[in-house]
Amino acid sequence: MLEKLGMYLQYPFVRYALIVGVLIALCSSLLGVTLVLKRYSFIGDGLSHVAFGAMAVAAVLNLTNEMLLVLPITIICAILLLRTGQHAKIKGDAAIAMISVVTLAFGYLIMNIFSTSSNLSGDVCSTLFGSTSILTLTKREVWICIALSVAVVAIFILFYNKIFAVTFDEDFAKASGTDANAYNLLVAIIIAVIIVLAMNLVGSLLISALVIFPALSAMRLFRSFRSVTICAAVLSVFCAFLGIIISILAGTPVGSTIVAVDAIVFGLCYIGGKLFGGIHA
Amino acid sequence: MAILTVQDLTLGYESYVVAKDLSFTVNSGDYLCIVGENGSGKTTLMKTLLRLKSPMSGTIRTGDGLEKDQIGYLPQQTAVQKDFPASVREVVLSGCQGRCGRRPFYNRSEKQLAEKSMERMGVSALARRCFRELSGGQQQRVLLARALCAARKVLLLDEPVSGLDPKATSEMYDLIEGLNRDGITIIMISHDIAAAVRYATHILHMGEHVFFGPKEEYLKAEAGSRFLQQKGGEQDA
Repeated sequence: MLEKLGMYLQYPFVRYALIVGVLIALCSSLLGVTLVLKRYSFIGDGLSHVAFGAMAVAAVLNLTNEMLLVLPITIICAILLLRTGQHAKIKGDAAIAMISVVTLAFGYLIMNIFSTSSNLSGDVCSTLFGSTSILTLTKREVWICIALSVAVVAIFILFYNKIFAVTFDEDFAKASGTDANAYNLLVAIIIAVIIVLAMNLVGSLLISALVIFPALSAMRLFRSFRSVTICAAVLSVFCAFLGIIISILAGTPVGSTIVAVDAIVFGLCYIGGKLFGGIHA
Repeated sequence: MAILTVQDLTLGYESYVVAKDLSFTVNSGDYLCIVGENGSGKTTLMKTLLRLKSPMSGTIRTGDGLEKDQIGYLPQQTAVQKDFPASVREVVLSGCQGRCGRRPFYNRSEKQLAEKSMERMGVSALARRCFRELSGGQQQRVLLARALCAARKVLLLDEPVSGLDPKATSEMYDLIEGLNRDGITIIMISHDIAAAVRYATHILHMGEHVFFGPKEEYLKAEAGSRFLQQKGGEQDA
């Protein structure tokens, strides 16, 4: 089996997939804790459907670089969703559900009406489940992904304390002079970037798993914000790595394999948390 | 010199007025209790004082060198905090956020301030414990330590004893009284009229009959006596 793995690793596309997969898993896990606690678990789903709709438009318009359209649209929607969440007439979960289904339907509709491809359902399926795109990455895409990941991690570390303060108690943070709205905006932009990146890996439908599973697993085991964040990042990277390896060896779809590994790890963490009552660190 | 002067303040949401024509002043070292029925706008007033929301009309002036980010605040607990994984030290340290400004990390003096605040509130031993696993009284003391990190002169407390047992309640009042004696100005919302009258120097009664003044006058005034009677009646019943 190791021989087979070694053989696969000689192919650049396999190495690219591993690098990109691990980086995306790392980034997406960082904000998971914040999003879960703010009751935004489903924002990953909502935004990735927005990205799906934007991709459909980009495909119809025949844009050479679809990122130019997809990223701005997703960021705008993320800002709208997280902003309205605070004192909105339509509450966060309803707003997410609404945007999520509308953009999904709209995207599919546009693809159906204006499609130039002969294999429409195949295209849609691969965007939704990210089945092959991770294995067809070009060198340039890998570099873009590395650059964005480094930026996300750096911003997260720099603003870690602010993000904690704003998530834990927004009113208190505001009262003591922290510009909470600016940091909510920052979180919205980061999450949009991560989701557009992650669509390559697991596709639109499974993206929430990458965001929330590591955070939920880590919260079973640890009791402080810092250790939960670190543990989530480690678990997420481990699951993505393992998932990609298994999918290569067993020939299973990449995205769903990673999510399955994430789910199993969550189960183990849940049992571990029950047995040991958590690690007090 | 008043550190806080409020004039003809009207509070409300959109077109719905919660409270109107509030005027009062707070001097350095005062202990002001805000009392009144549910829905009389106590928490709205506090949020307005903290500039979390803007008043419908009227003015709030700060004086005596009080800056906006020097007010410590003990809010009512939010739902998010009930399952938030955070150690006590992390929570207290986050009170220093206002001092940090744009600096990304806490410096040594801020960490020392957090340690000192924890010591003063008697929660140093809990520093590594998880916030959500503490008892209600311990949680309030941790949040008070956090507020102390932000406060240089003024502390605003929103129902600091709600949900606490009698022992924790009296401990909490003692801590607050000690802070006031050390020169920190206290503005507290309370349902507990007996405690308000015992500890406060000034009373602001909100509702149909607005009253503001030293507590001695409040006890003589009609609004106060009626409120006290009601409270007494409830306790007898």
